[in-house]
Amino acid sequence: MRSVANTMWDPVAFRAAEGDSRDELPVPAPGAASRARSNVPLLETRNLAKRYGGLEAVAGVDLVLSHPITGLIGPNGAGKTTLLNIVSGVERASAGEVRFRGRAIGALPPHRLAALGLVRTFQISRELNSLTVLENLLLARPHQAGESLFGLFARPGRVRREEAAAIETARAALQRVNLWRLADAPAGSLSGGQKKLLELARAVMLAPRLILLDEPAAGVAPAMEEILIDTIRGLAADGVGFLIIEHDLEIIAALCDHVCVMAAGQILTEGSFAEVTADARVVEAYLGLKP
Amino acid sequence: MMGYLVAILTFVSLAVLLGLALNIQWGQAGMINFGLAGFYGIGAYTAAILAKHGVDGFTATAAAIAVTAAFSAGVSLATLRLREDYLAITTLAFSEAVRLVLMNEVWLTGGTDGIRDIPRPLVGVIGGEHYEVAFLVACLALIAIVYGLLERIVSAPFGRALRAVRDDDVVAATLGKDVLALRVKAFAVGGAVIGLAGALHAFYFTYIDPGEFAGFVTVYAFMSVIVGGKGSNRGLMAGAVTVMILLEGTRFLKDVVPVLSAQQVASLRLMLIGVGLIAMLIYRPQGLSSEYRLSARQPAGAEPGS
Repeated sequence: MRSVANTMWDPVAFRAAEGDSRDELPVPAPGAASRARSNVPLLETRNLAKRYGGLEAVAGVDLVLSHPITGLIGPNGAGKTTLLNIVSGVERASAGEVRFRGRAIGALPPHRLAALGLVRTFQISRELNSLTVLENLLLARPHQAGESLFGLFARPGRVRREEAAAIETARAALQRVNLWRLADAPAGSLSGGQKKLLELARAVMLAPRLILLDEPAAGVAPAMEEILIDTIRGLAADGVGFLIIEHDLEIIAALCDHVCVMAAGQILTEGSFAEVTADARVVEAYLGLKP
Repeated sequence: MMGYLVAILTFVSLAVLLGLALNIQWGQAGMINFGLAGFYGIGAYTAAILAKHGVDGFTATAAAIAVTAAFSAGVSLATLRLREDYLAITTLAFSEAVRLVLMNEVWLTGGTDGIRDIPRPLVGVIGGEHYEVAFLVACLALIAIVYGLLERIVSAPFGRALRAVRDDDVVAATLGKDVLALRVKAFAVGGAVIGLAGALHAFYFTYIDPGEFAGFVTVYAFMSVIVGGKGSNRGLMAGAVTVMILLEGTRFLKDVVPVLSAQQVASLRLMLIGVGLIAMLIYRPQGLSSEYRLSARQPAGAEPGS
């Protein structure tokens, strides 16, 4: 039998090892999973809009995530982060619909989305400063008996076992991003790049199905960038989907199977990296002039 | 002298309980409770009213704990969208509302006359002569129990989730934490401890009136937490003792500086307390002790501090 720690980078096995029954969606029979997945996109938005008074930050976005790693690029102010905020439940859409694995999720709060396996990171790293690096990861562990007042007093043995298993899982995740040696350091003391890696490792603790990364490579040194790319590729190979907002187009080119370009709150175009970067409208959106 | 020491230690015990309560609400969960005195009053009046109606002291204390916890949960639910300054103002307003109710609902609370001759639990068994000492011992035992329970909470994933909510509630939510539920639970747990302290207050003094549940109670609790170290229960106890020593010790100023009038001594006392607190904030802003942190080298499940 595989231990929880050993299944760390295999989300399906990890969820099974965790005894995860959180998914409220119908669970397809073995063998039918891939067929079902091919029909239902991981994430889908329909006519999604977000208005702040007179400003329409997101203006009718139709987006379908059907590739393992999708990039979302566009100039500053295009509405990328607002879109990500809506999808992750941090903000409510003014109009439109969001579906995650076929289920409408527009009304769900962020903690319910996280429980469904939809996790995000932030443009400016938001590590939990007063917690250590290890505690940041342990926090993200779902379904902990020790998080209920009843559980922590009535089931001390279970709390201890779960904590021990969580530490092993966190150790594997931190070793993967080369942060285990800093496990006891306050998260606020990490460098900018380390914080980005911490956020990714923390997201992985939730055994996600889709991770929304908001500028994961911003401020990351080249050596750490390699770790970041390897980690994302490894997770994608294990079945985790990614939607990545990134201004570093080399990262997008290296990672993404599919790229969507946003400008002025709308999807301007989409396709492979080569296709979208050859599109004159994309160059115009970035540079503000026709090539 | 012995009687004075016992009385002071009993006051310190009540201050420790209030500080422990504030430490989970504010120190751990980041919810500023400027209305602590109001909740304290609810606990004291619940115990006193029930005891006056013939309910035994233990049941009255349990009821005070439950009622104060329920009020705390209710207030935190009503203020679920408020943070920091706004929550502080709202809890302050709640405390003032409680004080006005205590002053004006004479049929229930005795109004400004308060409630006199509150029956003490087990006074017939222990006897009047040793009752104060026995009461102090009971207070210390209850502190030990409350401390143990709160340390268990702080070192468990529940405490970790509270600190995450305190640091950044949006991140906590995106990591699957039900922020509202955590806040309500933290406020209710703190409220339960305040209710216990309120009941002990009523039984110790055997007389309560609305003036005893004014802002200074809240201020002393905040001073205890700040001096002890926000989030640290161990530090809080040291902080509460330090604050009470400062408060009580400065009473003897009139013996040290006999040339000053009583009014001048009272003013000087407040100045010294203020200077002490400012010095603490400048030279040791983190307080006497740091809050709990799990270490990767600490065996999983080990009790804190082991």
